[in-house]
Amino acid sequence: MSFSTVLPYLLSGISVGGQYALIAIGYTMVYGILRLINFAHGDVFMVSGILMVYLNASGLPLYISLPLSVLLTVVIGFVIERVAYKPLRSAPRMSIMISAIGVSYLLQNLVLYITGGLNQVYPTIPWISQSISVFGATTRMVTLVTPVLVVILVLALVLLINHTKVGMAMRAVSKDFETSQLMGVKINSVISVTFIIGSFLAAIGSILYFTNYTTVIQTSGAMPGLKAFVAAVFGGIGSVPGAVVGAFIIGICESIIKGLDLILLQAGVTTQMLGLSTFSDAFTFALLIVILIVKPTGLFGEKTTDKV
Amino acid sequence: MSAVLQVKDITMQFGGVVAVNNLSMHVDEGEIVALIGPNGAGKTTAFNCITGVYEPTNGEVLFHDKVIAANHPTGKMKKLYAGENRGKYTRVVSNTPDKITKLGIARTFQNIRLFKTQTVFENVLIATHLRKSSNVLTATFRLNAREERAMREESLALLETVGLADVAGEMATSLPYGKQRRLEIARALATKPSLLLLDEPAAGMNPQETDELGAFIREIKERFKLTVFMIEHHMNLVMDISDRIYVIDFGKLIAEGTPAEVQDNPEVIQAYLGVDEE
Amino acid sequence: MQNTISPVKKKADAATWITAGIILAVYVAVFVLEQFLPATSMLFTVLKKGATYALVAVSMNLLNGFTGLFSLGQAGFMLIGAYTYAIFSMPMEARATVYQYYDCAINVTLGVVPSLILAGLVAAAFAFLIGLPVLRLKSDYLAIATLGFAEIIRAVFQWQKLGPVTNGSNMLKDYPTFNDFNITLANGRTLYLSTLMPFIIAGVCIAIIVLLINSSYGRAFKAIRDDEVAAEAMGINLARHKQLSFCVSSFFAGVGGAMLAMYTNTIQAKTFTSAMTYEILLIVVLGGIGSVSGSCVASFLFVACSEWWLRFLDQEQYIGTWQVPLLRNGFRLVVFSIIIMLVVLFYRQGMFGMRELPDILRGKRGRRAGKGAVK
Repeated sequence: MSFSTVLPYLLSGISVGGQYALIAIGYTMVYGILRLINFAHGDVFMVSGILMVYLNASGLPLYISLPLSVLLTVVIGFVIERVAYKPLRSAPRMSIMISAIGVSYLLQNLVLYITGGLNQVYPTIPWISQSISVFGATTRMVTLVTPVLVVILVLALVLLINHTKVGMAMRAVSKDFETSQLMGVKINSVISVTFIIGSFLAAIGSILYFTNYTTVIQTSGAMPGLKAFVAAVFGGIGSVPGAVVGAFIIGICESIIKGLDLILLQAGVTTQMLGLSTFSDAFTFALLIVILIVKPTGLFGEKTTDKV
Repeated sequence: MSAVLQVKDITMQFGGVVAVNNLSMHVDEGEIVALIGPNGAGKTTAFNCITGVYEPTNGEVLFHDKVIAANHPTGKMKKLYAGENRGKYTRVVSNTPDKITKLGIARTFQNIRLFKTQTVFENVLIATHLRKSSNVLTATFRLNAREERAMREESLALLETVGLADVAGEMATSLPYGKQRRLEIARALATKPSLLLLDEPAAGMNPQETDELGAFIREIKERFKLTVFMIEHHMNLVMDISDRIYVIDFGKLIAEGTPAEVQDNPEVIQAYLGVDEE
Repeated sequence: MQNTISPVKKKADAATWITAGIILAVYVAVFVLEQFLPATSMLFTVLKKGATYALVAVSMNLLNGFTGLFSLGQAGFMLIGAYTYAIFSMPMEARATVYQYYDCAINVTLGVVPSLILAGLVAAAFAFLIGLPVLRLKSDYLAIATLGFAEIIRAVFQWQKLGPVTNGSNMLKDYPTFNDFNITLANGRTLYLSTLMPFIIAGVCIAIIVLLINSSYGRAFKAIRDDEVAAEAMGINLARHKQLSFCVSSFFAGVGGAMLAMYTNTIQAKTFTSAMTYEILLIVVLGGIGSVSGSCVASFLFVACSEWWLRFLDQEQYIGTWQVPLLRNGFRLVVFSIIIMLVVLFYRQGMFGMRELPDILRGKRGRRAGKGAVK
């Protein structure tokens, strides 16, 4: 097996892993604070892509449409929390999860209605769409930009969580919701900030992801969303670095499985195609089930005990 | 008299926090024994170690001379362990709470935990499930009609005994507080225990209800041939009905004896009664 | 409110009889209508699919509503059931044409009923295996793990190496469908049973679920839903009972999947998506989490709206020469989603709450509907 066979898959794995990481942070932060699997998060990511398509089509220059799409995504994330989750704060956990599924269903159907269910071509963003060659493998600039950007954003986020007042509030709320409320933490604004950060990162992730995949459709967010959630569980839900590490591992594994047939064939291990690429999605979930059996708290998760 | 329950050197440690520290107690057949101590002394934690909710970090619990829980510090706990009697116990025995209940230890909860969507009658009926002989198929297709009838009759009889038969059809949560506590006891009795653990049965009751509860506990103890071990804060009740009392503070046993002995114990007065004027 | 029914021996009261009457009337009506209305009527499409969805929704409700386990694996178990049914009920002579790219590995043909039961059993067996690790976890992990499981199953069934069994990503067809229940009589007339039979299959299955719910085991499920810690302290083995509920639920989801295969005439693994699970979950929510009759009524309403009554929303409409705004392809689903969000937010207990039809006839105010369904 030669390095040059594996390299393109590795590169695209790192890239897609970074994009998953940006989505996974939104999941892990919301779960950390609200104990809610925000099923709609993947769809927010998709809507962000659609917004960019339509903003671009309306003739706005890129330097306006790009930040505007990010801003609108953040607004959508904020509004979803206020409308669909806030009223259910005292409701049983299942109700909020169902509400999240409802929002996901609504966003997908809205996009289906607006686009007519057709693939929308994502606008070409100069520079990051450029083709470049890395050790003989041809790829796009976005492949290299993604991991760098992810590291910068995550560092900024970790600084925010550990060294600002709102970060402290977030940590307090995720440790103990009720007590921090009693201590005067403004729960609702902390939760809103969490959703704003999550949506912002998802919007950035969406720009990188769709530059790579070039088309958006109403179901585009479902799979990346689920995978990012698995990444969050894998890394230890509630832990931002965990989510990032988990996302990179999942992205790389998935990408390698996609090319595994070819890699094995070229290495002489197998003599025919096995159709293993079918399992690139399934792998993520198999990994989830394995991690839940072996270490339910994930790589960096803390153990919690329920009080009787 | 033989010991129904023996707690031997139990330590329960959560990370670095020692909630129960090297605690030894025993309850003999037919006794009513009380476990008292200030808030946060580790009383409920001790109960949870007995009923299988927690696995103790070190020590053994015996029920009718059979080990139902045993452990010694392992893994990370080896380093963190701060209790005494390290190395005295080598066995590891662990039972889930349902197994413990099947063996004959039933309990109530400090913060009432009734089945909220069920009626008073159904709450008791559910607790007869563990003694069933039917399997899921015979139960679904009603091939167990005789057993089902017996379960229902038994539950109703039990409600009559505890004086809740007239509200059998009402939602459990619609009962007044005192009756909810009583229902929790009835539900525990439906599992046919030989040892009953009561976790603050008088919490939230007014003095009259508390008096009634004392008589009630004595009555069911006689009728069902029970041994009772209870956590309680109402000193009048404790002094009134207990044969013996254990006093713990910060997880450690500080005194034991008859009510009169405990009342006169200076350490108890200092640690507990001196602060609490009940 | 005093309870007039003796708790020891439950006697059927008027409301129970009325409910039984309503159910009987529905069955008679289905039979009679089918003999007189043209078989192509939209009504029968709705009734057949509605009966199928009712079974799947009730099976999901057993888990989510009665045991308090939030599972999202329904589509996966339906897929297993559908494939098992199609593979085992397909006549020998059809196999060569259906499996055109593979050598069919399974060469037995079972009758419709054995195939249906087998469909359930295979789904339950998968549930047992997946339940072993997953049911020990907290409820939201269960949701995501079962959703993931459904995705894995979908991929596995499309894998070309399994082609001899599953026909790879190609469709399965030519197995007995609902239409094969129609009987041609000696006098040349046709006795139409293609709608009644799904009602009978679903009815028998739902009746079994109801019997289970009202048995000692069902009471244990409800205890687990209400308070796991207390249930365990009452001697209920959590792992065993959760596993039991999960397997039974999956058994009937498998049978429901087989019914869906009979309804659609052809099946393909790629159609069993998580969107299908979501649809069923929404039916359960609309009907009331913890109400069997609610799930049944909601299924028919949901199917009728999506296949029939609200179809007009998807077409451009004119009143005179004025074009009604917004109406075009996809609008129906938007309206649907909005209704569902409104129900979730403002009408959380759904149509029936935790009550059943007889409770509603008695005018009972229900048992703390909605709240406490799950911690």
